[in-house]
Amino acid sequence: MSLDPAAIRRIARLARIRLDESDIAPMQADLSGILAWIEQLNEVDIEGVVPLAGGVQGVALPMREDVVDDGGVVDAVLANAPDRQGDFYAVPKVVE
Amino acid sequence: MMLTDLTLAAARDGLRARRFSSVELTEAFLSAIAALNPTLNAFITVTAERARDQARAADAALAAGQGRALTGLPLAIKDLFCTQGVRTTAGSRILEHFIPPYESTVSANLLRDGAVFLGKTNLDEFAMGSSNMTSAFGAVTNPWTRRGDNAALVPGGSSGGSAAAVAARLALGATATDTGGSIRQPASFCGIAGIKPTYGRCSRWGIVAFASSLDQAGPVARSVEDCAILLGSMAGHDPRDSTSADRPVPDFAAACARGVKGLRIGVPRQYRADGMAPEIEALWQQGLGWLREQGAEIVDVSLPHSKYALATYYIVAPAEASSNLARYDGVRFSSRTEGDDLDALYENTRAAGFGPEVKRRVLIGTYVLSAGYYDAYYLRAQKIRALILKDFTDVFARVDALVTPTAPSAAFAQGEKMSDPVAMYLNDVFTVPANMSGIPGLSVPAGLDARGLPLGLQVLGRPFDEETVFAVGAALERAAGFAALPAMRAGA
Amino acid sequence: MSYMLQGSTGSWEVVIGLEIHAQVISRAKLFSGAATAFGAAPNSQVSFVDAAFPGMLPVINRECVAQAVRTGLGLAARINLVSRFDRKNYFYADLPAGYQISQFEHPIVGAGMVEIELADGSTRRIGVTRLHLEQDAGKSLHDQHPTKSFIDLNRAGVALMEIVSEPDLRSPEEAGAYIRKLRSILRYLGTCDGNMEEGSLRADVNVSVRHPGEALRTRCEVKNVNSVRFVMQAIEAEALRQVQVWESGEEVRQETRLFDPGRGQTRSMRSKEDAHDYRYFPDPDLLPLVLDEAWVAELKAALPELPDARRARFMAEHGLSAYDAAVLVAERATAEYFEEVARGRDAKLAANWVTGARFALLSARGVGIEASPVSAAALGGLLDLITDGTINGRIAKEVFEAMAESGSTAGEIVERKGLRQVTDTGAIDAAVAAVLAANPDKIAAYKSGAEKLFGFFVGQVMRAMAGKGNPALVNEALKRALG
Repeated sequence: MSLDPAAIRRIARLARIRLDESDIAPMQADLSGILAWIEQLNEVDIEGVVPLAGGVQGVALPMREDVVDDGGVVDAVLANAPDRQGDFYAVPKVVE
Repeated sequence: MMLTDLTLAAARDGLRARRFSSVELTEAFLSAIAALNPTLNAFITVTAERARDQARAADAALAAGQGRALTGLPLAIKDLFCTQGVRTTAGSRILEHFIPPYESTVSANLLRDGAVFLGKTNLDEFAMGSSNMTSAFGAVTNPWTRRGDNAALVPGGSSGGSAAAVAARLALGATATDTGGSIRQPASFCGIAGIKPTYGRCSRWGIVAFASSLDQAGPVARSVEDCAILLGSMAGHDPRDSTSADRPVPDFAAACARGVKGLRIGVPRQYRADGMAPEIEALWQQGLGWLREQGAEIVDVSLPHSKYALATYYIVAPAEASSNLARYDGVRFSSRTEGDDLDALYENTRAAGFGPEVKRRVLIGTYVLSAGYYDAYYLRAQKIRALILKDFTDVFARVDALVTPTAPSAAFAQGEKMSDPVAMYLNDVFTVPANMSGIPGLSVPAGLDARGLPLGLQVLGRPFDEETVFAVGAALERAAGFAALPAMRAGA
Repeated sequence: MSYMLQGSTGSWEVVIGLEIHAQVISRAKLFSGAATAFGAAPNSQVSFVDAAFPGMLPVINRECVAQAVRTGLGLAARINLVSRFDRKNYFYADLPAGYQISQFEHPIVGAGMVEIELADGSTRRIGVTRLHLEQDAGKSLHDQHPTKSFIDLNRAGVALMEIVSEPDLRSPEEAGAYIRKLRSILRYLGTCDGNMEEGSLRADVNVSVRHPGEALRTRCEVKNVNSVRFVMQAIEAEALRQVQVWESGEEVRQETRLFDPGRGQTRSMRSKEDAHDYRYFPDPDLLPLVLDEAWVAELKAALPELPDARRARFMAEHGLSAYDAAVLVAERATAEYFEEVARGRDAKLAANWVTGARFALLSARGVGIEASPVSAAALGGLLDLITDGTINGRIAKEVFEAMAESGSTAGEIVERKGLRQVTDTGAIDAAVAAVLAANPDKIAAYKSGAEKLFGFFVGQVMRAMAGKGNPALVNEALKRALG
């Protein structure tokens, strides 16, 4: 499986990583190389196999009680923000 | 003997016997860091004042007879563990200024048990790498050098800073994390011990996530017993992590003395990969011989799908990473590079904030999850993952542990293998299956290669049976009598 | 009577499916311990989990799961004992993690249904495809700064139930009835407050049009419509637009649109080619959600009576008409208020008074009966005074108003204002005589056939008696006097 430059641009766009034009070709080579190597997986017979999602098996999802025990830490939540405006995070204006 | 040469267990005994103080011990390590870190670059952040405060408090606690498991013992913390009030970078430019307002569960457990933190260790950016070359804070230099050659070697990765710090005697032990081999491979490269426990044994809460279904914290230290002592403090159920195992933490240190008599040790024939370096093959056979001499039975076993683990990993880990790293968007805690609109802000922030390897993996992960490709890549990978686990389940019905080499080579030079990502990925070929299946894996220094570089053997065990892993690892350690020292170390 | 749009190429049927986002009633968020209350100070109900700080992990709130199960049971739906959480990946300012935790492939609730009542008295069953749990997003404020949007994450991570209907709806009226009925069920269950103004209930509307008998044509999704009225308007506007597109020889493009209530039009959202590649995959921070069958049974046993059952019971027990019963059960608070008023009293009288009181409150103050200053017990006391003849119906209205004003009981007001009905025939005869004496011309007109003047005389007599005359006795006395 090799990726063309348009595919690289599309993926980069989806991942919100700006690639300069000069980045495209090397990235295309790297990713195509990795995908070609991954092709080996096509030889595995996976007929009827139940997929394994996580590292834990046979345990049900633990649940928490409906208790408010967090929040109320406005300053801590905002302390690392590159643009804090009052008690808000700020971003360039979003036009909908 | 210098204080910095002590094992963690010996230092603990010395503190308890009041042969020296935690302040003395801590100062010894801080001096060693001051002397060697400019060369090794093992620490991104050194928290000397905090360490001295903790050491003084530890001495007071010891004097009052209130010592706990780790009271007064200086450790290093991989800079992937969030530490309250102390910058946590994950080795990335994008978290350059991030000061967590919380303490990770694992580091909090160590503090609870009285540990002293010397600082935050370097790592591959977001733990993505096997060489520590991808850190935004510069490469880490392995304290070992090839005989007759001064070329700077990599310490392995991603926990390269932790491994180099421990090997060079800049800390008694360190926390590390292992997503595909990031504890065991650097331990092997640096001639120390390191264990990735069973997935779920240590809480992931407060550890910067790389690939959630694979990430596991564990210790690196200079002996198997030291690893056992540290893991005993780090491990434990955490209700804040839904994948944390709700089971008691056994006395891992006690298990180190069990011996291997009567144990069945499996040797997976598929690990005898084409082109395995003869000296690694030889070391492996020697290790099996040591175990046989101590009363273990060696059994040939088959893990037919393990050879696919690495390629499977390079679907699963990037997929999860592409999602886990979406939060670094320049809005709440990551460094920002401005843009004309929100999307430009995201794209500029992430272009400037992530290094090439992180970008590669995020893009691969985005691709394999994208519309039309999910079944061919991600779903297939999950099914192969199930087959890998089944292989282990079947084998562990017959044997108590597996022994393999940890890595296919000794440490390589900085800058090597950088041009071909896949060549770099192959470092993890022996370690990744344990992450894919969640089982525990320990690396023990077992010998030197022809050029005097350390090589490790890996012990794999059943889920939540770290005790047997420690028993086998300690047996190998005793037999190997590994006493070689790195060229760069405190006092050398 | 089916709803059809007439175009130049014939009549068009409208096909509608609704995705309702209902905010779950719970104290804490779906995956964190932060509070959910509406209207808190910005970012004051935000944990590090909600803000997606590095290393933070989700742990699910049991009550949110219970609420989803209750809702599923209330929709007569299949409860999936094993479900799963997936990540829906996209970048947006109010989505801190860059993904929303949702349920894509394996929702907690499967197929169910909602029965709707239409104005002509008919009912229809509308299929519910599924219900799943997911996180709400934060809020962007665009009007606080000339060049910046401000982000408040208080709502980020609050539990939502997305309830997806089959494309079974065929008119704006049906869509409106579906939302009202669903809202009623949610409120009965106590799983969502249904408050559309505060955004606790929001609708995405899928609309397509076709000639009757055709296969489905391309649909458009009108996002985030926040009132029943707007949903109905949006459907009509969007359906008309699509008819025009098709009839002009073009194709309707599948897209997401917004409804502009000011213009009564839908418009295309600035859409991008990649907007819909959400890259769903199972959330590796969570395990499969496995429900204990016994727990589901417990939740089921504790469910309250739902509107359909209650309506049937009101008709059977109280002899109410289908219409009256439907009006009374629509709101849980109204139904409970009515039941208390009607206990041991004439149900029809109670129904009339509760309906009247409810409408009066709604039109005067825009609130439901639960906010009435006259409690159900107090209204019952008033009805008792009507039933035992202490006051007449007309005076009762005056007394009710005074009760609402003062908070006093009906008895107190009747006593204080001397509003007891006059049944003394002597007093009534005297009032009749005085009215007749003052209106000789009207008597003449009445006797020459203007019979409707009888009402005039009744009114005059009642007025002379300050409204307190017993209406039956006044009528009798007038008839006698006018001979």
